[in-house]
Amino acid sequence: MVNNTKTNDFHKQQNKEEMKKQLITFATMIIFTIIAFLIVGSGMMSKMLAIPLLLVLALVQVAFQFYYFMHMKDKGHEMVAVMIYGGVWAAVLTVAALSLIIWW
Amino acid sequence: MSTAIAQKRSFAAVLWDYLTTVDHKKIGKLYLYGGGFFFLLGGLEALFIRIQLIKPENDFISAGLYNEMITMHGTTMIFFAAMPLLLGLMNAIMPLQIGARDVAFPFVNALGFWLFLFGGIMLNVSWITGAPDAGWTAYTPLSTSSPGHGVDYYVLGLQISGAGTLMGGINFLVTIVNMRAPGMTYMRMPLFSWTTFVISVLILFAFPALTVGLFLLMFDRMFGSAFFDVALGGNSIIWQHLFWIFGHPEVYILILPAFGIFSEIFATFAKKRLFGYTAMVFATILIAFLGFMVWAHHMFTVGMGPVTNSIFAIATMAIAVPTGIKIFNWLLTLWGGNITINSAMLWSLAFIPSFTIGGMTGVMVATSVADYQYHDSYFVVAHFHYVIVGGVVFGILAALHYWWPIMFRRILNEKLGKLAFWTFFIGFHLTFFIQHFLGLMGMPRRYWVFLEHQGLDMGNFISTIGAFFMTFGVLVFLYNAIYSWLKEEPAPQDPWDGRTLEWAVAQPVPHYNFKQLPLVRGLDALWIEKMEGNGKMTPAEPVGDIHMPNGSILPFIMSLGFFIAGFGFIYQTDTDFAYILLFGGMAIALICMLIRSLKDDHGYHITKEELEKEAD
Repeated sequence: MVNNTKTNDFHKQQNKEEMKKQLITFATMIIFTIIAFLIVGSGMMSKMLAIPLLLVLALVQVAFQFYYFMHMKDKGHEMVAVMIYGGVWAAVLTVAALSLIIWW
Repeated sequence: MSTAIAQKRSFAAVLWDYLTTVDHKKIGKLYLYGGGFFFLLGGLEALFIRIQLIKPENDFISAGLYNEMITMHGTTMIFFAAMPLLLGLMNAIMPLQIGARDVAFPFVNALGFWLFLFGGIMLNVSWITGAPDAGWTAYTPLSTSSPGHGVDYYVLGLQISGAGTLMGGINFLVTIVNMRAPGMTYMRMPLFSWTTFVISVLILFAFPALTVGLFLLMFDRMFGSAFFDVALGGNSIIWQHLFWIFGHPEVYILILPAFGIFSEIFATFAKKRLFGYTAMVFATILIAFLGFMVWAHHMFTVGMGPVTNSIFAIATMAIAVPTGIKIFNWLLTLWGGNITINSAMLWSLAFIPSFTIGGMTGVMVATSVADYQYHDSYFVVAHFHYVIVGGVVFGILAALHYWWPIMFRRILNEKLGKLAFWTFFIGFHLTFFIQHFLGLMGMPRRYWVFLEHQGLDMGNFISTIGAFFMTFGVLVFLYNAIYSWLKEEPAPQDPWDGRTLEWAVAQPVPHYNFKQLPLVRGLDALWIEKMEGNGKMTPAEPVGDIHMPNGSILPFIMSLGFFIAGFGFIYQTDTDFAYILLFGGMAIALICMLIRSLKDDHGYHITKEELEKEAD
């Protein structure tokens, strides 16, 4: 690779932004976790409200994990995304089956 | 080091070569030998079943042995014959088709094979002490309460070989995603490689369900848990769900590669581009996708309720649509083509009507209301033999005739090939067509005997005669393989005037496959070059050093370790001495893993000079 200052600057800028995103998502995830603990620990919400909320928080965290920490948002990860969503789909079906149509 | 010099090697040298090989072509052959052996075993068991049913109230084999026969026939044919034969073909052909020098993880590939082989041996060792007898589906509570160690062997044998299959699937996925030759985009991949890719995804997602199910069954039988024990709060239906969440994708894992094979053969021998290539690819993906959402159609009579039954019935029927697309595309590939009819083509042509009958009865049994009548009758037996024999076995035999020149450097004898085809084809329809009617007349499957004067005598007799025809056909094929090896001349490089990349590889195939990776310029890569008068592939790179993996005995020893540990698991319920086997076997396997992890093995390079020396 050619090592001129222009590309160097560009990469530096990119790395900086990447780092910023990483830190933001990291902080958000920690905040989400604290919120989750607060909700359950303080008992401020009824179960009907708390469970869906926790699930939503969890889903967002999983998305952060995949897209930011595991770089699924970057180019060249299409096949990875297909595989992960395929696996999620198969898992959801299995869990749905074992929880919905087994106990009658 | 890197030549194919014709020399006589001692038997021990050849044996050592195959025990340590990581070459996809040799592993493919090993899969074919292993799968072929188990196919013969499974066939023998089928013959015993049919002889037992040749006349009413026959006592050729005892009731217990009959249960063992049907269980072992099903298990062997699905897991240890059809699967490995297809994996063998994929191993031997797929890397050549996409222009790769090997699979992505050659070591894991070898490990996958040895795990499969030892799993198969494990299952068949059970014949000594009593084979599994709970049916190939091993439904609980029958399987949890089956006395003796038969079902234990089933669990451990399938667990070991299942791990191997999972490795094979992951390996193919990584290979196809990462190692396609320059220019080989996804939409230029031959259909056989496409189906390999799709079934690898299915393996990746479906086999874990089997693994989990088998573990639960193992805990219930050997370690006193109660997942399936209703009396202790368990639920025996969980097994059925787990088994079929795996089991239904499994049947697509078997049939989709066969679809790929036929697509290749029709295009080659009709001298036409495959009709509707894009539609074929998407139909394959759609079948795989839908195949995951239909497992409960095996359980209509369990009592899931009308809503669940209806949903699964409709999802199942939806699969007939992409399958129909495929059938019509094959017919339109043939339409107006310059057709050559040889053995490979005969198997492929026979597949279309046979499989369509199986598909039609498939829609019939998918109708959940009517299924209450068909369930557990010979109608179902006839249905799945029409799709598995008429689809998968025909596909494997067609592929063997088609790719034999690449794999074994011989063209199979045409006369023998046709004799094998016609006897097997006639025998197949004799055996199974009548079983539809036996089923409709009320003959249940898995029964040891039937009574006379119930209208079942003649049908069963005809069915058994058909089984003998099929046996004869298989024996002729075996004779053909040996005969062509000894008597026929070495095959030329491209005997069928092929279209895809595997026919552009030199014969005998060098162990690095391609001296220079080829440049792929479109679908049917070789055909494009032929049409433009080049006749061979344009290289995509200059001649350079080729990086090759070293052979290793570790996969063999590792699998042996798990095999020994399997006996430990089975017999620790009887005697504490079995712990020696259990811990000893696991130690062997884990030490092998440790060696593999700590010892760097960077492989070796075939230098540019060596390659140039070999040149032409």
